[in-house]
Amino acid sequence: MLKKISSIPFRGTPEQKAQLQAVIDESKSDKSLLMHVMQEAQEIYGYLPYEVQVMIAEGMDVPLEKVYGVSTFYAQFSLSPKGENNISVCLGTACYVKGSQQILDRLTKELGIGAGECTPDGRFSLEACRCIGACGLAPVLTVNDEVYGKITEDDVPEILAKYQN
Amino acid sequence: MYRSHVLVCGGTGCTSSNSLAIIEALEAEIAKKGLQDEVKVVRTGCFGLCALGPIMIVYPEGSFYSQVQVSDVPEIVEEHLLKGRLVKRLLYDETVTMDDVKSLQETDFYKKQHRVALRNCGVIDPENIEEYIAFDGYMALAKCLKEYTPEQVIQIVKDSGLRGRGGGGFPTGLKWSFTAANQADQKYVVCNADEGDPGAFMDRSVLEGDPHCIVEAMAICGYATGATEGYVYVRAEYPIAVKRLQIAIKQAREYGLLGKNIFDSGFDFDLHVRLGAGAFVCGEETALMTSIEGNRGEPRPRPPYPAVKGLFAKPTTENNVETFANIPQIILKGADWFASMGTEKSKGTKVFALGGKIKNTGLVEIPMGTTLREIIEEIGGGIPNGKKFKAAQTGGPSGGCIPASLMDTPIDYDNLTAIGCMMGSGGLIVMDEDNCMVDIAKFFLNFTVDESCGKCTPCRVGTKRLLEMLDKITEGKATMEDLDKLEDLCHYIKANSLCGLGQTAPNPVLATLKFFREEYVAHIQDKKCPAGVCKALMTYSIEADKCRGCTACARKCPAGAIEGKVKEVHTIHTDKCIKCGVCLETCKFGAVVKK
Repeated sequence: MLKKISSIPFRGTPEQKAQLQAVIDESKSDKSLLMHVMQEAQEIYGYLPYEVQVMIAEGMDVPLEKVYGVSTFYAQFSLSPKGENNISVCLGTACYVKGSQQILDRLTKELGIGAGECTPDGRFSLEACRCIGACGLAPVLTVNDEVYGKITEDDVPEILAKYQN
Repeated sequence: MYRSHVLVCGGTGCTSSNSLAIIEALEAEIAKKGLQDEVKVVRTGCFGLCALGPIMIVYPEGSFYSQVQVSDVPEIVEEHLLKGRLVKRLLYDETVTMDDVKSLQETDFYKKQHRVALRNCGVIDPENIEEYIAFDGYMALAKCLKEYTPEQVIQIVKDSGLRGRGGGGFPTGLKWSFTAANQADQKYVVCNADEGDPGAFMDRSVLEGDPHCIVEAMAICGYATGATEGYVYVRAEYPIAVKRLQIAIKQAREYGLLGKNIFDSGFDFDLHVRLGAGAFVCGEETALMTSIEGNRGEPRPRPPYPAVKGLFAKPTTENNVETFANIPQIILKGADWFASMGTEKSKGTKVFALGGKIKNTGLVEIPMGTTLREIIEEIGGGIPNGKKFKAAQTGGPSGGCIPASLMDTPIDYDNLTAIGCMMGSGGLIVMDEDNCMVDIAKFFLNFTVDESCGKCTPCRVGTKRLLEMLDKITEGKATMEDLDKLEDLCHYIKANSLCGLGQTAPNPVLATLKFFREEYVAHIQDKKCPAGVCKALMTYSIEADKCRGCTACARKCPAGAIEGKVKEVHTIHTDKCIKCGVCLETCKFGAVVKK
């Protein structure tokens, strides 16, 4: 999976740093918790920029190369920030056979961005995801934590409108 | 004591269709009517019939309300809970016959099911250990620790004939005996809850609906194999499952069912939860262990097998969620009871996730040996919109498809393998005549190309080349010679890849080639996609007798490909057409056709 490294400057706050440090202090005795720390870090910062990966590597006392290796291996880790509203279209099999590709295409058309990208104003980011397990509601998309099921291509503008203001 | 219990599904499917708001509204409304001491609202796990969510069942009557909205809540409380009159318009229509109301168990969807792994899902409150205990919970663990030696436990599991439900179908008892035979200062039990097969969600449902049974089964496995620590590796995409599992572990510790000296037997066992991060390959057992250790989830060559050198290089037993979910019942009811269900070599039941073009999407658990026809036509309610069944995909990206001609095959491990398919984790996606099989094969290849970890060349490079060949076919640029090359490459990848991901990645191509070769040929020779899915092979045209010459399509066409004067028949220039479909959407007279 190809990952895009963000060119947006890092804007971490001291509070975020303290939060991350607390997680690291709790976990550093057990190196197998590296992924857990990275998951928490992504929760805190929204993504894993270079600066955060350095903090993790130093805090957990593992090579930066290993942190980077793990962050690029797993789909969940993002190296670039997400938009205020993150739209995720399920491309799992059940959703795909019910036309979720058309929904993703329509979103691409409406937002002018492809999967894995963020709108220039930072309001929306778009991604394709694998099965979220709501196959009974296929096709499904999520905006942040809100799930929209049994949707058609034509529902897309209405859903977007909810988040546009 | 309550006179009535209202069970509301709190699984992912129903939560996504707002069931939590319904629970809130119910509780508020019940309090308003002063019924809070008479009626109890319970948030349960998944009932299985996700297509009809949100779902609510009122006991003791067993009335099954489907697609309930928050606005329906006052009526249900007023009519049913206060006055005792059913709200018929909200009952699941299959349960209503003329004047009579059937119980849920009599409906087509549930009638043929036999729930073992899912027995508590949709029945108990998964966040309350006492409800699990009331349904014989932790009895099996107590029985093992008090009455059986570890060897006896393994023998029972062996005798039951239980095979791994994650896909491979390896005999579970045998797997346990391998780990038990190895001496080490530390052994582990691992539960594979990295349900990566898109379209399968039974493991999630078990964790959400009955997390304690996994805790119990892992402790039993620990006792049988001599392990004192266990890890559950669960997908981060399943937040509800993770939360309920963590609650279950905490409660089990508080009750002394995990920890030191369980049931005064001298047996210690504890559990940890680790979250996956979205890598399909981590469902492979060695990759999963590498990931728990905090690394890139790349598989390791076997041997050494995990029973010898697994997690943290210690002997490890790894089973999937559904496999574990069967264990407590096998211990309680005996190996013979379990072995009495199913076929000769595949015992017990299997959970399938029905999805795709089928009326009753959801989870069903049926005895092994049930035919695909029974699953689709009877339990699943058939194909919606009067369309024709084309194929069912099992085993996800590692599996194959079953065509209509083989619908009467009894489904078990060996029969599926014999027809070039595989059981997999139990995702069963139904496809109708509108689905293009070449496109489906391409979809799965896209998935495996994305998810290949890159460690071995046959998988990393081979799947990519396969995908390119499929692209060529769907674009109408391939020759019949390419079809042979495609098949050769499939066999090469299968034979040479390091782990299960690569070894099974070509299966969707091989299976569709075997059963739907004519569709491939149509793409290559006739340059046509029979199902009308592959964009590059479609053409748009205007039917002269229907066109009124309104110019609407020509004005909307972004490529300027439509020509025609006002009130005259228009035509589409296929060389300019970008196949966006705007003309088809715009035409009010149905004159634009896609072929």
